[in-house]
Amino acid sequence: MRTRAPTSLSPEATALLTGQTRFSRRTVLRGLVAATALAATSCGMPGTRQDPAACRSADESASDKSLVISNWPLYIDVAEDDESVRPTLDAFVAQSGIQVTYQEDVNDNNEFFGKVRNQLSTCQTIDRDIIVLTDWMAARMIRLGWVQPLQKDKLPNVEANLLPSLRGRPWDKNTEYAVPWQTGLAGIAYNGNVTGEVRTMDELLTRPDLKGKVTMLSEMRDTVGLILLQMGHDPSDFTEEQFNEALNKLQRAVDDGQIRRFTGNDYAQDLAKGDIAACVGWSGDVIQLNFEDENIKFVTPESGVMLWSDNMQVPNRATHQTNAEALMNFYYEPEVAAELAAYVNFICPVQGAQDAMAAIDPELAENELIFPSESTLSSAKVFMALNEAQERIFEQGFQQVIGA
Amino acid sequence: MTAFVGTTAAAPGGTAPPPPPPARRRRWLPYLLLLPGGLWLLLFFVVPSVQLAGTSLYDRSGSLELGYSQAFAFGNYGDAIIAYWPHLVRSALYAGIATIICAVLGYPLAYFIAQKSGRWRNLLLVCVIAPFFTTFLVRTLAWKSILSDNGPVTGFFRSLPFFPDDFRLLATPVAVVCGLVYNFLPFMVLPLYATLERLDGRLLEAAGDLYAKPATVFRRVTLPLSMPGVIAGTLLTFIPAAGDYINAELLGTPGEYMIGNVIDSAFLVRLDYPQAAALSFLLMATILVMVFSYIRAAGTDEVV
Repeated sequence: MRTRAPTSLSPEATALLTGQTRFSRRTVLRGLVAATALAATSCGMPGTRQDPAACRSADESASDKSLVISNWPLYIDVAEDDESVRPTLDAFVAQSGIQVTYQEDVNDNNEFFGKVRNQLSTCQTIDRDIIVLTDWMAARMIRLGWVQPLQKDKLPNVEANLLPSLRGRPWDKNTEYAVPWQTGLAGIAYNGNVTGEVRTMDELLTRPDLKGKVTMLSEMRDTVGLILLQMGHDPSDFTEEQFNEALNKLQRAVDDGQIRRFTGNDYAQDLAKGDIAACVGWSGDVIQLNFEDENIKFVTPESGVMLWSDNMQVPNRATHQTNAEALMNFYYEPEVAAELAAYVNFICPVQGAQDAMAAIDPELAENELIFPSESTLSSAKVFMALNEAQERIFEQGFQQVIGA
Repeated sequence: MTAFVGTTAAAPGGTAPPPPPPARRRRWLPYLLLLPGGLWLLLFFVVPSVQLAGTSLYDRSGSLELGYSQAFAFGNYGDAIIAYWPHLVRSALYAGIATIICAVLGYPLAYFIAQKSGRWRNLLLVCVIAPFFTTFLVRTLAWKSILSDNGPVTGFFRSLPFFPDDFRLLATPVAVVCGLVYNFLPFMVLPLYATLERLDGRLLEAAGDLYAKPATVFRRVTLPLSMPGVIAGTLLTFIPAAGDYINAELLGTPGEYMIGNVIDSAFLVRLDYPQAAALSFLLMATILVMVFSYIRAAGTDEVV
């Protein structure tokens, strides 16, 4: 039996019980907005790993003779009088009949990753058939399943001519997903106008006359790899303890004010101007500086150097994989590779190109930093393949040291 | 005097009330006009902000590869503060110093352009804006050359007594603040110019007639009348300067990194999205608190 609400209730409660509550439009609106916001925030983010076998598109190479490639700026030969003419690429177009759209839109691995992340993580096309990324990012792409395995039978030149030290890299053991475009060394560079010779990482990290005049690369693998080598560890196979040991050493140098900055490509100008006396740098950049000022020198420390590559990969949902492979194969012709190397001055990953180079420019063919000797190459290390958890721990620790 | 100031200051804002809307459909017109701007804000500010707020509360043990679950982990904010409070403090400090220097440099400049420059006025204004014709990055890189260790500026200081021979400007807090001042100076000058340009010269004459010394005229008449410009200028300078990371990255060392550098690294390098989002909100909150307390203290209704 229903009774009336007791009179002791507050007016609001009475109103509620008797159904007399009246919300103003504003209250309703506020509630709606809050509810939408809550709903929007309450879902998480799904994982982004893909299966390359499932996430692929039909290959239209046969019917559509075209190809889109994304590469780093200043990474291909251009004609002396006209920068828009790319001789080796034109030769490929003439030979194969494949029209190539060549984009120079990779400026930074992390930035490029940010650019394509949303599409690749949801299995959508990024409208490119080849992307060129540095080892560790290429490794991450493989780990995430965002790139397609290559068809070995379409790459006979790669099979035959890839430098031995670039085979069986820890993160792509069978050269199944990535083909090096260019390779380089990370080592020490110094400006002889400002300082005497610098031979070892220990000198960089502690020599008093270099205080505040040293930069290192913000690329964790190169900087930490060199320190690991100096400490007698192997960067292609190390423990977390050894990594932390190396990091502590770096932290001390930062705390002492020995290290001025951690840089990307921009160390080159600072080194040339003499604002920094010595640094960890990349061989190709230093050759260029050396052409302009012979006192700027690249040193491969006795403890060893780091070897890195920028790699061609075919992203998921690319529609011209066979065309892409034709281009990879073309650039592994020794003559083509030599022509390219004569312009970009990084280490040429193609065996036999040195002989071909002798015909173009005998002096470059003798250059240790384009065609390193067996002994240099055998002391060069490729950084260990990291899984996601390791990558995060190491990168976190390193970022902490470099200030961010 | 005070009453007089009050009326002039209010004049630009005070207009006669609009006549009552004649027809019903006209009531919707203002909303219609607001629609494009509103949609823009909704799409590019509200939606990303809500998403960012959601991201900042993800469970940090997730990852890009495996995904993140929504755990409403408010602890992310605590973790971020504990780990990066020095960067937050440093950002506020550098931006604050840069803003003060901008005001000290910008006020006389704006005053001169507005009141004394005569026919050179437009040319001088173009000069203030001219640096914007090149990109931010190039302008900052230019400062690397100016403050270079082997450049004339550093050379001058080294030749002075009390400065050691290895004295340097580049890669110090001084360089970062210099970069901030330079890059944001026009944001200070332009609002100041806009208010000082409308300054009624007759008021200054009247103050003189009443035997006020020039300093007094400035303190009692010019400065109060230009307060809206000062406040708008400081806000326009402080807010972007606090979030800037280019100056610290190019002109500083790891010891000068600001909160923007950390957010950049968390989003792009470390891929720690929850922490990056939490830091973004912390930065926003810090700026809001500082700005509101500033407006409160300045006691002005004319700006906002």
